[in-house]
Amino acid sequence: MISIENLSKRYGATTVVDGVSMHIPRNSLTVIVGTSGSGKSTLLRMVNRLVEPTSGRVLLDGSDTRAEPAHLLRRRIGYAIQGHGLFPHRTVAENIATVPRLMGWDAARIAARVTELLEAFALDPNTFAGQFPHQLSGGQQQRVGVARALAAEPQLLLMDEPFGALDPIIRAKAQDDLLDIRRRFGTTIVLVTHDMDEAFRLGDHVAVMSCGRLLQYGPPAQLLTRPADPLVSRMTGLADRAIRLLSLSTAGEAALPGSVEGPEVPASATLRDVLSELMWRGVDAARVTEADGTARGHLTVAAILARGRP
Amino acid sequence: MRAPGVAGILRAVALGLLVAFLIWPQRFAPLFAPLTQYGAPPIYDQGNLLALALAQLGTVCCAAVASTVVAVSLGILVTRPSGAEFLPLSRTLVNVGQTFPPVAVLAVAVPLVGFGLKPTLIALFAYGLLPIFENTLVGLKTCPPAVLEAASGMGMSARQRLMAVELPLAMPLILEGIRVSLVISVGTATIGSTVAAKGLGEVIIAGLLSNNNAFILQGALVTGLMAVLLYEALGGLERRFCGTVRIE
Repeated sequence: MISIENLSKRYGATTVVDGVSMHIPRNSLTVIVGTSGSGKSTLLRMVNRLVEPTSGRVLLDGSDTRAEPAHLLRRRIGYAIQGHGLFPHRTVAENIATVPRLMGWDAARIAARVTELLEAFALDPNTFAGQFPHQLSGGQQQRVGVARALAAEPQLLLMDEPFGALDPIIRAKAQDDLLDIRRRFGTTIVLVTHDMDEAFRLGDHVAVMSCGRLLQYGPPAQLLTRPADPLVSRMTGLADRAIRLLSLSTAGEAALPGSVEGPEVPASATLRDVLSELMWRGVDAARVTEADGTARGHLTVAAILARGRP
Repeated sequence: MRAPGVAGILRAVALGLLVAFLIWPQRFAPLFAPLTQYGAPPIYDQGNLLALALAQLGTVCCAAVASTVVAVSLGILVTRPSGAEFLPLSRTLVNVGQTFPPVAVLAVAVPLVGFGLKPTLIALFAYGLLPIFENTLVGLKTCPPAVLEAASGMGMSARQRLMAVELPLAMPLILEGIRVSLVISVGTATIGSTVAAKGLGEVIIAGLLSNNNAFILQGALVTGLMAVLLYEALGGLERRFCGTVRIE
């Protein structure tokens, strides 16, 4: 969907992004992670041309993003940022309607879309549509910010540290919501964060950046088992890499055939959670069941531990 | 929502007194009589007070409209990337408008445009620029960066961003600037009478020439009340239309 080809950004003598090339497939959730000053936000902002590249190009569905005026390009791409950037003088409904209005949708379609999005983000339209941003809590403001970014049904959603301003509990909820939204709308998402836990939790592809260069780009497990650079293993954390690896697979994926005596665990639980549960109960095996109650197989402590090795 | 309160009652009383005095000035003659000597008239009798007050307000409003258009346009221009280099120049021009005394502007303007309304308008226009310009600048420059970034990121053109986001957010400060500018102008406009512009300055000057303190007081009181009431009225408008922005 997005091809980034040898993209660089220089300000005078400083190179902020240095020859980055990557391909982001449709329907993926790609997380760009790096320390502050690594160029990750600049890379993201070159995709919707809030920052114009010094050299290289970005192809969106095969066509160069410079083929149309920047503001028209941006209307097709959702954009959500840290601190949400909601318009303080407009109501929640008006905020969400921003891009559809720019695109000239008729009023009935806009109203229907606003209601649909408010409901998707668990915000009662009757209560929230007419409120102003300052009347909402931080978590609600953040949800409205994402709803606004999704309003014109973009194929692609760019998010720059969208959960940076939230406290840990609301943050975990917002991350779950994002995964739900992605399933529901099928949007391709590129998210920038400095938080490696967030990257592993959300991303099915993770790109690690440092000093403007792309160090490694691949599935999260690959970053742990085959780090391309010592800095990548430093950033992903050497001490708990086995545990991190376990948190990347679900019980359903690792289940062994056959049934055993033992507690029931859902197929969607991560191996890390299953291991924790088995340790807590002091048993060796668990039965894995689907959400609808059908048996999926079983898991043993030994089988889980084997999954924590490269 | 709010009870009128003491301030509200005072405003209403002040407005009532002002209107009553302008329509029936002779009824107030006993109040002003003690200030006169040798049987001089206690109430200004060489012109209609209401007409003079309205003329002064009209002059002030014309000048304020011109100041607002120029100052806000200039403020917008110098906060755009393409106009940023004009900021120091604009500041200097506007500051000169403020530091040059209006009397001096009149003295310079009369030989150029003649006596009457025109030199007064020029003086008030120049004098009123600064508060509006500075407030427009502050309003536009203090828009939250995240809001501006979101506006651009969602695909607003520079013009759409200015009209839909920046100006509405700066509006309370711009209105505040207009309000300050208007109040200064109402007081300053009295000097226009020295160059034959119609206004309440006439009453004050007549009082000074004939040593009639009642005239001086009438001109000053009416001018002062108009300034205060105008300031309050604009404040009310501002709260009404920009309430939500202010809370932020």
